[in-house]
Amino acid sequence: MALLTKKDASLILDPLADNNPITIQVLGICSALAITAELKASVVMAISVIFVLGVGNVVISLMRNVIPSKIRIIVQLIVVATLVIIVDQVLKAFAYELSKTLSVFVGLIITNCIIMGRFEAFALGNGPWKSFLDGIGNALGYGVILIIVGFFRELLGSGTLFGYKVLGDPVKMTGLYSTGYENNGFMIIPPAALIVVGIIIWVQRSRNTALIEDN
Amino acid sequence: MAINTEKNTYTVIFACIMVVVVGSILAFLASSLSDKIKENERFEKQQNILYAMGVNENQDEGSVNFIPTDRVEGEFSNYIKEQLVIEGDQITQDDEAYLIDMKKQLSEMKNGTTPRLPLLIGEKENKKFYIIPLYGKGLWGPIWGFAALDDQMVVQGVYFDHQSETPGLGANIKQRYFMDDFTGESILDGAQYSGIAVAKGNNDPLNNTKDDNEVDALAGATITGNGVSAMISQSVNLYKGYLETIRAK
Repeated sequence: MALLTKKDASLILDPLADNNPITIQVLGICSALAITAELKASVVMAISVIFVLGVGNVVISLMRNVIPSKIRIIVQLIVVATLVIIVDQVLKAFAYELSKTLSVFVGLIITNCIIMGRFEAFALGNGPWKSFLDGIGNALGYGVILIIVGFFRELLGSGTLFGYKVLGDPVKMTGLYSTGYENNGFMIIPPAALIVVGIIIWVQRSRNTALIEDN
Repeated sequence: MAINTEKNTYTVIFACIMVVVVGSILAFLASSLSDKIKENERFEKQQNILYAMGVNENQDEGSVNFIPTDRVEGEFSNYIKEQLVIEGDQITQDDEAYLIDMKKQLSEMKNGTTPRLPLLIGEKENKKFYIIPLYGKGLWGPIWGFAALDDQMVVQGVYFDHQSETPGLGANIKQRYFMDDFTGESILDGAQYSGIAVAKGNNDPLNNTKDDNEVDALAGATITGNGVSAMISQSVNLYKGYLETIRAK
């Protein structure tokens, strides 16, 4: 990557695997449970978080020298809330359909701990460009896990992907269902997301033993 | 940095400026976009109402396709012949009845005021449709919709929507396979206005029985489903008086 120095590139690449916000830092679990019953919702949420975290990190980073430390958490919260409301209003005016799909996520984005976590841990201490990369990287890392979880939950729970019946029709008993296969209803309820995330963490740590903490 | 960001006065001033700046950005945005947003919401209501009476652009079995926004206003005035407002025993005509906010009317009703209930009469292929709005509670927030009835109180089509039901679970009330089940069901059980229940154990996943006042529930969305049942029976009972006169005709 000629555009980015090695250090800059690691800001984007680290959170994708070895410092993933969900599986390693264990942040943002709440929204990962709430909206991953469907692949489409996972993708929408991932894109929204990429935008909000990227821009938010830059804003906080630009303001980092003037924010009074006593009220920095409130300031961070206001920045996220404002950004999300702006996006929501603009979409409502110019892309109404899309805004309807997103409306469920507005509250979830504001309270997403990854966003506050990155503001607090990174943007307050680094310049805008680095903060931007860090924001994009962490949001991507979050999105990747969301999409993996959403993929398995929708496929195994509903037999569909993006709403398309990939395994055949369960009511008319075609495709895989003709062999006696049934959707696992457990996959569409939130505890299943924890189990899928757990399996991802297990696979990741067994492939990279450096990630396992000593007790 | 020359400024001491730790001082209390600085903190207070900073907070004030921040509030004013953010407040004015949002206020400016909200007021400059509100016309456009209101227009979008109006189009959406028209699309939903037309959808309930079967005027839509659905092509395959799975997806919901409305009349596009650039044509919806024209189509709406083509198909909707009368717009009534029912206020107690009084029935008046009002061309903007469909814009009445059901949420407001229902909460006024709780306070003892007579609600203004909109009812639309549509006509398609020489058949009359009586369209009533629905409004109720889901798991996380409000759910609403429209139901189109014929003069024998058989549902001709419904449209449901929600604010924040869980994607993949409760949010599926706006999917075709759920909404289509309502078509053909009667809101009458004998002479009782019982509505249509979203039932878990009705052993009828394909919804072949149309006279049981039940449709098959969505797995994992019990509370949203119960909300739909409650919403329908509430609305049906609100309009009972007027619907009875249609049926008697």
